[in-house]
Amino acid sequence: MFTLIGVELFKIFRKWRTYIGFAAVTVLVLLIQTAIYFAKDTYVSSMTRGLDQAFMFTGNLLNGYLIAHLILGILVVHVPFLVTLVAGDLLAGEATAGTYRILLTRPVSRLKVLTAKYLAGVIYANLLVLWLAALSLGFGFILFGTGELIVMKSYIIVFAQNDIIWRFAIAYAFAGLSMTMVATLAFFFSSLVENSIGPIISTMAIIIVFVIITSIKISIFESISPWLFTSYMNAWSLPFDDPIEVDKAVKSAVILLAHIIGLFGITAFIFKRKDILS
Amino acid sequence: MCFSATFNKRKASLDYEKIIEVEGLSKNFKSLKAVNNLNINVYPGDVFGFLGPNGAGKSTTIRMLMTLISPSGGNIKIFGKELNPNRAEILQKIGAIVEKPDFYGYLSAFKNLEILGKISGTQISKNRIMEVLELVSLDKRFNSKVKTFSFGMKQRLGLAQALLHNPELIILDEPTTGLDPQGMKEIRDLILFLSKEQGKTIFLSSHILHEVELVANRMIIINKGSVVVEGMVAELLNSASLKVTFEVDDLQKALAEIDITQWKKKLESVVKNKIIFQLEQEEISVLNKLLVEKGIGISAVVPARSLEEYFLNLTEKGGK
Repeated sequence: MFTLIGVELFKIFRKWRTYIGFAAVTVLVLLIQTAIYFAKDTYVSSMTRGLDQAFMFTGNLLNGYLIAHLILGILVVHVPFLVTLVAGDLLAGEATAGTYRILLTRPVSRLKVLTAKYLAGVIYANLLVLWLAALSLGFGFILFGTGELIVMKSYIIVFAQNDIIWRFAIAYAFAGLSMTMVATLAFFFSSLVENSIGPIISTMAIIIVFVIITSIKISIFESISPWLFTSYMNAWSLPFDDPIEVDKAVKSAVILLAHIIGLFGITAFIFKRKDILS
Repeated sequence: MCFSATFNKRKASLDYEKIIEVEGLSKNFKSLKAVNNLNINVYPGDVFGFLGPNGAGKSTTIRMLMTLISPSGGNIKIFGKELNPNRAEILQKIGAIVEKPDFYGYLSAFKNLEILGKISGTQISKNRIMEVLELVSLDKRFNSKVKTFSFGMKQRLGLAQALLHNPELIILDEPTTGLDPQGMKEIRDLILFLSKEQGKTIFLSSHILHEVELVANRMIIINKGSVVVEGMVAELLNSASLKVTFEVDDLQKALAEIDITQWKKKLESVVKNKIIFQLEQEEISVLNKLLVEKGIGISAVVPARSLEEYFLNLTEKGGK
């Protein structure tokens, strides 16, 4: 299995489309950080507007942690687009290229081929999240230094410097789980068709529609929201709460995992019986 | 193409009588019967011609043999074992080209073969990869990306991947498609080499009957998913009558002589000074003797019996 995963990763990283995601994350992170760097004062004053009457802010407010937190919130919505580029191509790309015929006539079971491809896609999705983490925190520290993390919700939480990294680790783990969910959905669509455009568009359409339903506070949508996996994709923000809603975090992780396992099971069922006509 | 690669001729004792045994194989795509109750028997050492016009069901059958599609009915045994429960074990001993040769265009020929070897779970050495590339005359382009290859080169790379793990059974689906006459001859020579020198069993699908006629010992012709005829190529050839062209110096005299004999029934057509008959093999010399005795000069006697014509006749009948 490790050999098969290695082969699939090799194939993924020999395609130029694989690097679109990494390039896009790099450009976006650097762009956001550079823009904030040059508008530091304006940014801090707009962030604390209305609060400086009641609070006195001291220390390095705009630090690497704050920037990384901000970037995670912005990009976790957009990274799925980049994940689908590769995950949607994993199976459909073989059909388009006609390479199913040489791949699936090897003396290895379809389930193993499918699992290796899927795991390679999951590794890619999580590498993208890791890249996002490394760039956000790494460049954040270089440009803005470190300090305490201020999280503003309907209330303000200030995390001590030695109480932050583990929260980021869990947040990125949740982001990775969400991207795995996106990759699983794109992979499922990829097993149905013979062109990778379809899975990419279908996955994004579903995510956009679900996110819209989740974010509009209308009673009918609010009753649907708990049934949509996108409702649990913002669980990355839970570690930045005090106290952490552990039940909510566990529930989100379990629901996402259940979706992932269920969807992969359906994909495997379909793929094992699929007639290869391409 | 060079055949100097060192292979050991396999003389293994076989514990099965038939390499491929297909019984009542069928495949339906909704209302279309692509393959209908097909029976095939391929014996060890056969070069088995699998013939049929385009759309006859050849590729669908090969896809079922290679487990790319599942049959709607029937049974497939390869190397004496049921295909589905023993899939991996059976495929380990098969090399195949299924329809057109498609590879990972962004990888080199060498890398394509290397990863296919890895996926197969067999240890394929770099020397072995270069050996099969040399066998199909692609050794000098081993490092070129496949997307830069012509169709013919891809076809040869397809053969290389089929031979990579030294399989016992080689299934070739239209292997000469896209090749020039020299390339077609090289593939034919390679098939004969693999069969005669290495004792491989070859299942050769084609719609070009001349190709099969030159290399196969047994054949089956299918049309619209069903068997039209099967047997030894030599026997099927002998069972077909010949189209014989007599080139004469005096056409009017020759036609007058023929007109008053039973040969009139055998006359098919007249083109310039050529008289074309439909004859059995033994009738050629008799007619030739008659014409010479009547003082008619004969400059040429050209018998034309090809599987091509036989095939066309059969598929036309089968198609009706």
